[in-house]
Amino acid sequence: MGAIESKVGEPIIDESVLVNAARNGDIGAFEQLVRRYDRNVFRIAQHITQNREDAEDVVQDAFLKAFQNLGQFQGQSKFYTWLVRIAVNEALMRLRRRRPERMVSLDEDVKTEEDSMPREVADWSPNPEQLYSQAELKDILSKTIQGLPPGFRTVFVLRDVEALSTEETAEALNLSIPAVKSRLLRARLQLRERLNKFFKRRNGESK
Amino acid sequence: MTCSEFLKELTDYLDNTMDQRTRVELEDHLQWCHNCYVVCNTTKRTIEIYRDSQLFELPDDLRNRLRTAIISKCKQHKSKTEA
Repeated sequence: MGAIESKVGEPIIDESVLVNAARNGDIGAFEQLVRRYDRNVFRIAQHITQNREDAEDVVQDAFLKAFQNLGQFQGQSKFYTWLVRIAVNEALMRLRRRRPERMVSLDEDVKTEEDSMPREVADWSPNPEQLYSQAELKDILSKTIQGLPPGFRTVFVLRDVEALSTEETAEALNLSIPAVKSRLLRARLQLRERLNKFFKRRNGESK
Repeated sequence: MTCSEFLKELTDYLDNTMDQRTRVELEDHLQWCHNCYVVCNTTKRTIEIYRDSQLFELPDDLRNRLRTAIISKCKQHKSKTEA
């Protein structure tokens, strides 16, 4: 999935042109940036906060903050990476507000390597998604990723769902590249382990 | 190569960001280690399933409502800073 989603037939305007125009107060140009990235920001926000209302607030606040602070955007990184950084911070802030009893941090690294070691090794059905209805599958995937620590699921979503590079993810989250890689590996292995019980090959199922 | 050495390299292997020599070593391990083969395959499927899941898509009506709110707040901010 590419980061940029645009309607078919919509002319693709160079992003730096839009960013520069928006920086000079062109609201129409900024609206085009919103259209490019609102779906991505919403997905990221909902993955982190696990709450629809919070995700809606994050989308609004992240874009407004981006507009207000465009003067500080240096253009050394991509606008999208800069926007994701703002959105992730907003989302984590809301998560902390909702769960004050739990420490919520991207640095959360309490699990040991062993926690990510595969415990159950079972082959999956050839088309595991087809074992469930679309709604059931979404429910399984949503609940499964909810169980990961916020730092792990944020890295997984940026890298594997939104297809940011390791370097962009590190920049957006203010983490080192080895930290991104380590969290990504553990997130992937933990999700795989948790999905096993839903997707593993049933007895008698042919290969 | 041991299984835990293989697992450490799994992310780079799946992302195809490793040198040719390490890739050959990993693929050699996969030839004979069924467990790692299954873990590698099912981890790859995990990523694909999430990537294709369209989880948390933004419905059009909500999308329009949010965009209208954002643009209205930006206009307010602009008129304040220009005042």
